[in-house]
Amino acid sequence: MIDEIVYAIKKAETKLSEDTVRALKTALEKETNEMAKTQLMAILKNVEVADKYKFPMCQDTGLQTFFLDVGYDFPYMKDLENALVEAVRRATKEIPLRPNAVHPFLHKNSGDNTGRFVPYIHWELREGDDAIIHVIPKGGGSENMSGLYMLSPGVGIKGIKKAVVEHIFRSGGKPCPPTIIGVGIGGGADLALTLAKKAAILRPIGERHPEDFVAKLEEELYEMANKLGIGPMGLGGDTTVLDVHVEYAYRHPATLPVGIVTQCWANRRAKIRIDANGHVEVV
Amino acid sequence: MEYHVKTPIENARDFHVGDVLYVTGEMVLARDEAHKKLLEEGSPIDLRGGVIYHCGPVVTKKDGKWRVVSAGPTTSIRMEIFEDEFIEKFRPAVIIGKGGMGQKTLKALEEYGAVYAAYTGGCGALAAERIKGVKEVHFLEELGIPEAVWVFRVEEFGPLVVTMDSHGKSFYEDIDAQAKKNLEELLSHIQ
Repeated sequence: MIDEIVYAIKKAETKLSEDTVRALKTALEKETNEMAKTQLMAILKNVEVADKYKFPMCQDTGLQTFFLDVGYDFPYMKDLENALVEAVRRATKEIPLRPNAVHPFLHKNSGDNTGRFVPYIHWELREGDDAIIHVIPKGGGSENMSGLYMLSPGVGIKGIKKAVVEHIFRSGGKPCPPTIIGVGIGGGADLALTLAKKAAILRPIGERHPEDFVAKLEEELYEMANKLGIGPMGLGGDTTVLDVHVEYAYRHPATLPVGIVTQCWANRRAKIRIDANGHVEVV
Repeated sequence: MEYHVKTPIENARDFHVGDVLYVTGEMVLARDEAHKKLLEEGSPIDLRGGVIYHCGPVVTKKDGKWRVVSAGPTTSIRMEIFEDEFIEKFRPAVIIGKGGMGQKTLKALEEYGAVYAAYTGGCGALAAERIKGVKEVHFLEELGIPEAVWVFRVEEFGPLVVTMDSHGKSFYEDIDAQAKKNLEELLSHIQ
């Protein structure tokens, strides 16, 4: 299992997801700003070089993060966590990855991308006997442009739109745009941010929320974000975001949490499926 | 204008906002801790006319030889607290990073005839392809790989977009002002 996880981390770090490459190419075709075009072309060239030489596409190889989607009857549940930690240690040496796990008080870097609660493993359980592992190393620059807004419920949908557009404006060029914006509405503070992270990273670019009302909100936020004129790397242009994905949960009557997670253009992800017989597949 | 320049660079005043540079020669890496260290202890390298790169690279050692694996830019604004003093003391010609810098740096660029150029964020692999070798490294033991002062040999390193020049012009101010106008327009129509 460890070999396949190391391979999946390598795939995520060196080969940009196909939907993201497609979205970048489409953006380059539509872009009217010359400065923006140079940035998009550099990004696409970088993606090619990373794939060709199997180099990490960005030197910030991220905080190693795994979102797990596991069946109740999956027989290897107790092996998963150790396998992920061991795979991160090996991947750090073999790919190699930048050591990105630092003690927050002592400033000491563990050197192997592991430490207290790191790699971050998020578990979700469901019916079934297989497990899906989403490998999503997350860069620090874009993570810095996360936000949580505990709005007054009275501001309604208009207030939500305002919070999102202002957030993207304030982020400017810092999260390495063009970005993918995940918005989580409702639940509590933590749930809003978790929904936002899943929406930003796990959902393919271009895929809309199944509910019409939410899908329309996504379209509207996408249009507005790209009218800001921030552009790739904040140097101006039509391409500030590649997409906006919205998720929601029911909320407490007194709260309206809006969590925003920003993913940089280096939208790194890979997926592993392990079946009940222990057969591991990187999909 | 597009310039293909060799280090050390003596004509940085010729570069204007919007120009594109490709650098060949030597490039010195310095981010937060390195700026602090060099300002406190002095530089072991002559930085006059040099190129400073805000970058925390991935570098490995194979058969006793350094190999640069990925080396894109880091966010420059964190170095704003050091950069004016750094420019005054060491007189580099080009500062490379991402996201731009503030008023203090802009003033120092004007005073000492240097420019700030942006390299596309995240393009770590493309950068590594243009880095032909490691000349030397300082403070490696103390600061670790991502923070150490690396001297890289580079060939046609770019595209670097001049976004702050020595004539008091910052591209970021224009973009910010325009984006703010756009934001207000958008907010006035939200339903």
